[in-house]
Amino acid sequence: MSVANAQESVTAQWLLQQEIADFLYAEADLLDERHFREWLDLLAEDVSYFMPIRRNVKFGQQPELENTISGSGISWFDDDKWTLTKRVEQILTGVHYAEEPLSRVSHLISNVRIIRASPSAEGAQEVTAKSRFLVYQNRQEYETNIFAGKRIDVLRRAGMSWQITKREIVLDQNVLLAKNLTIFF
Amino acid sequence: MATSLEVDQLVQSERGLISRELFVNEDLFREELQKVFTRAWLFVGHESLIPNPNDFFSSRMGDESVILSRDETGQIHVFLNSCRHRGMKVCRYEQGNTSLFVCPYHSWSYKTDGRLLGVPMYKTLYEGTLNRADWSLIEVGKLVNYRGTIWATWDRNAPDFVDYLGGMKEHLDLALDCRDGRPGGSEVIGVQKWVLPANWKLGAENFLGDTYHNPSHRSVDLIGIGPSAGAGKRGRRDDQYKKATHVWVSFPAGHGVHSALQSDDNEYAESYLDHPQIEAYFRHCFEERKRRLGEKSRLLPAVGTVFPNASYLGLQPRGICVWHPNSAVSTEAWRFYLVDKDAPQEVKEFLRRYYMRYSGPGGMTEQDDIENWLYATAASSGTIARQYPFNYQQSLNVAKMNDPVPGEVSTQISEHIARAFYRRWASYLKDAPWDELLGKSGVKGHSAAV
Ligand code: FES
Ligand SMILES: [Fe+2]
Repeated sequence: MSVANAQESVTAQWLLQQEIADFLYAEADLLDERHFREWLDLLAEDVSYFMPIRRNVKFGQQPELENTISGSGISWFDDDKWTLTKRVEQILTGVHYAEEPLSRVSHLISNVRIIRASPSAEGAQEVTAKSRFLVYQNRQEYETNIFAGKRIDVLRRAGMSWQITKREIVLDQNVLLAKNLTIFF
Repeated sequence: MATSLEVDQLVQSERGLISRELFVNEDLFREELQKVFTRAWLFVGHESLIPNPNDFFSSRMGDESVILSRDETGQIHVFLNSCRHRGMKVCRYEQGNTSLFVCPYHSWSYKTDGRLLGVPMYKTLYEGTLNRADWSLIEVGKLVNYRGTIWATWDRNAPDFVDYLGGMKEHLDLALDCRDGRPGGSEVIGVQKWVLPANWKLGAENFLGDTYHNPSHRSVDLIGIGPSAGAGKRGRRDDQYKKATHVWVSFPAGHGVHSALQSDDNEYAESYLDHPQIEAYFRHCFEERKRRLGEKSRLLPAVGTVFPNASYLGLQPRGICVWHPNSAVSTEAWRFYLVDKDAPQEVKEFLRRYYMRYSGPGGMTEQDDIENWLYATAASSGTIARQYPFNYQQSLNVAKMNDPVPGEVSTQISEHIARAFYRRWASYLKDAPWDELLGKSGVKGHSAAV
């Protein structure tokens, strides 16, 4: 690879990373501004939305046993698009009392990194991106939750933008310290 | 300590008045831990969590950590999770397999049958003083493996579990037995644990047959999230009880259920319409159960609570939820999700998805329950609020004995079960003998107004 080519590929990597980060920020903004239906539009029809339960396991067993896995058993979420649509519909009834009145939510997304881009950073069609989230939720007067963790997203190019085909939300908690998970991550 | 007189003022079940102090008062909470949770039978876990020798599962009884273990010989034990030396937690993993619980502090080690095995520098430091046999992990007074579920009590003098259940047994079995009527045969496919800022009794009571709280679930009923929701059905469940007589039943030891008695023809009600294979499977189970149990198959479970804090959803989404007391105003809920162990894979797959969208903190139905319990607790904590009791006068004097099923039965929505639950709670607070706790004797027998 020539120096010029190498530079081009680094530039492509940067551009992609910025593009993906911008996408994730805009997506978070839809949620925080309560544009739930528009948010659903960013999810592919075959989306998998998964939040494992984290368990206290012996050193060395973390890779296999620490997190519950998508596709079997019970997790916090292992949703498809139909279920996520139901969750949005429920909020929009105005009588989902656990979200009525609506919570105030802010998603802080950071540490965005491209883990994989295929076929390559230039003209990528599918991207795996890892990031951190800090989600602040406040409802009614005093009820406040802070959720922190990692997110691994698989995004598919859709015209000028992207669609989320897979989202894994790895919350850094064992016993869930919030009474409910009524918000999206 | 609350005197008997005070307890009688707090719990006036005949008048349908229960003091809010029961839900917010930290002194009463300490007293409950001492008097209720050290005596009553408590749900600990399930045999499927510890299938092999030396398997363990960390659980809770009351506010304390316990270890459910299967020893080398296959026998099941439940121990306090606390070293006999300085009390360190000897097991800090949720589940696994080990031949020894080695204490992280000074390395005393215990076998999975609880016996103290290793004491570092034993010869020099303890020889002639410490008899290892006397320092096993502290074991429960009694335990039982009941149709796969493990229950325990600290009280050696407690009645056997089946006697404790009394007439509740028949209903609990409906939740624990295979869908085709074979006894037992369930397995746990996952456990969710979460903390909610409300008194544990609000959860327990909700599952005692508070069918009156249906309006809480209006949002899910509007959008439809049941097993046939994809096929366009509204509601949060399929309507298997459509032609049934609903029964709300109270049992003398403080347990209660909402179940349903199918009409004489006992026809299969169409359900699980999202998926032809699943529908065929449950139809098959229904017919098989009917054939196996005959007339008895008419009884279907909805919800119930085994006194004090183990609740079930018996049909679907099927599972057991334990309301562990953290403080007067904090509860750690543990929900154990159940399926038939030998159900086909696609059935388990379908069910686990339904369970997660219905129950637990991510469940669209249960979220609204929890919201109620939080703000009911918060709004009952004030100085003025505490002076006014909760109202439990619903269907006062309506329940009858043994009609159409055994127990104290109402065929309309009724709070007689909750009234009896708190009456029994009061007996525990007054250190009543077991005869009274089982409702076999005592001042407030079951003949009083209910
Ligand atoms: S506390 Fe366990 S060995 Fe000392
Ligand atoms: Fe409910």
